[in-house]
Amino acid sequence: MEPSNNKYPASSKLFILTGLLLLSVGMMFGLIGMLQYLIPGFLKQYLSFEKIRPLHVSSVVFWIIFGAIGSVINYVQQYTGRVIYSQRLVNIQWALFVGTTILILVSYCLGMFGGREYWEFPPVLALPIIAGWLLFSFNVIKSMPTFRHQPVYVWMWLTGVVFFLFTFLESYLWVFPSFRNNIVNDMTIQWKSYGSMVGAWNMLIYGCSIYLMEKISGDKNYGHSTIAFALYFTGLFNLMFNWGHHIYTLPSHHFIQYISYAVSMTELGILGRILWKWKSSLSDAKKHFHYIAFRFLVAADWWIFLSLLLAIMMSIPGVNLYTHGTHITVAHTMGTTIGINTFLVLAIAFDILHVNCFGAVPYTKYFNKAYWLANISLFVFWIALILVGIEKAKWQMGANRIPFSSMMHQIHPLFYFVFASGLMLATALLVIIYPMIKHQLECYSSQKSSHVKSV
Amino acid sequence: MATDGQKRMIAVFLTASFLLYSFYLYYAMPFKRDIKNQEASEGKLVWQRYNCNACHQIFGLGGYLGPDLTNEYSLRGHDVIIAFIKSGAPSMPVFHMTEKEMNQLVAFLKDVDRSGRADPRTFTIKSNGTIEQ
Repeated sequence: MEPSNNKYPASSKLFILTGLLLLSVGMMFGLIGMLQYLIPGFLKQYLSFEKIRPLHVSSVVFWIIFGAIGSVINYVQQYTGRVIYSQRLVNIQWALFVGTTILILVSYCLGMFGGREYWEFPPVLALPIIAGWLLFSFNVIKSMPTFRHQPVYVWMWLTGVVFFLFTFLESYLWVFPSFRNNIVNDMTIQWKSYGSMVGAWNMLIYGCSIYLMEKISGDKNYGHSTIAFALYFTGLFNLMFNWGHHIYTLPSHHFIQYISYAVSMTELGILGRILWKWKSSLSDAKKHFHYIAFRFLVAADWWIFLSLLLAIMMSIPGVNLYTHGTHITVAHTMGTTIGINTFLVLAIAFDILHVNCFGAVPYTKYFNKAYWLANISLFVFWIALILVGIEKAKWQMGANRIPFSSMMHQIHPLFYFVFASGLMLATALLVIIYPMIKHQLECYSSQKSSHVKSV
Repeated sequence: MATDGQKRMIAVFLTASFLLYSFYLYYAMPFKRDIKNQEASEGKLVWQRYNCNACHQIFGLGGYLGPDLTNEYSLRGHDVIIAFIKSGAPSMPVFHMTEKEMNQLVAFLKDVDRSGRADPRTFTIKSNGTIEQ
């Protein structure tokens, strides 16, 4: 039996459904991008790499953002037992976000840029995102009956809501000439904001996954426990101060390196706890493994362990010197955005979409195979990217460098492994999400009048 | 177990420290020198408008398909950079930039070049794991 759900989720499902569509589109762009590594000049006239990369990145980043928003809106209602403060604001926010995402993707296809890495769209399109996020923040805060004696996930939701807005605004300080007119200053603030922004959406998603875990296990004590808050404050501390590992080689203030290095080492405590809890986690996994949602939580646990291990190593400046600017950084990003963010949002999506519109039971056989294929291919993908990164690290630290193009030619065979594993991963994820999208769309078309209008 | 008040105290302390750190960084930038050269300032916007960062890096940050361009100006010089922009490369399309845009972009790359060295071989790893250039 899947965990039960309640009567509130209709609007939140819209966000998750949109996110799932963006994930499908984003994976397709990712595969095209990989083909451009394998076949130089592929689609160069129409969709060259400077278009494909932001199309891929923005689609998957918006998948995570849409997924996180939908999850929070749903679980806030489940947790409080009340409908969201304003359904109309949710709908306006969804329309703003969908409209903006479409405009962003179209602008990339037309080669209209103007922003910076990860937010490459013309900066004017940041305005509806800010407006939508303000509506979301207002709605979540107004939906809480009280802020006293709240469990850790409520703290995490509120932290994520506030810090995403702050860091998103911070990432646009470059529009002022005084911030952008020196590249070192500009990049310092850019990576400060990006590092913390990832921490902010992690707060939203991790908060929802803790809520889901409590729901599945029936144990309501964890959210109020000392260890939960200790981990939350460690996460918050890292969100605020460990972003410096992105810019160790930038000729910026030296203290940024020291602060980030020291703060990052506190993550060893989180790593230690994962190892300490491994045995009991395994016994929980055996007990609840038949829940599809729980299965993705277990997979995400493994990826948290692997990603944290890599992240801690990359936070040591001496190691970072080798990994910086190589595909080891890409491996880390893929491990965290797919293995952690995507798997956690999928776990939550299985829980939220389950009622009325979608039952996983008829697809169990396919899901089982796709689940294992997704995890194994992601692992191969991750390892292949690390191997590419090691080769580039050897090149960039080597005494006698061959030209960049020759180095890329030498490591070209490794990109076949990256592409093949990426293709398997995308196939597995599509097998998992296709029935979710299909049933959800059928549900909306058949029950539109009664279901969508209800909260 | 910590009380609500204690948790709030920790959160307020962390948030205040974060804001202090943030605003200190905004106002105590490592480089006081702004780009006085209007051409280079416009060049940064050209860099963004053509999304050069999708394939190229500056100080190791950006895309991975093309080379890092931090010190490209001193390595190859104005004319070679212009030639690349004009002719493209196997994976790089011809962007059909105007002469003005190309000169602005090169002025930006010249300014980036002056800001520091990105070659990781120029760093020393110290015994405590930190690095220094």
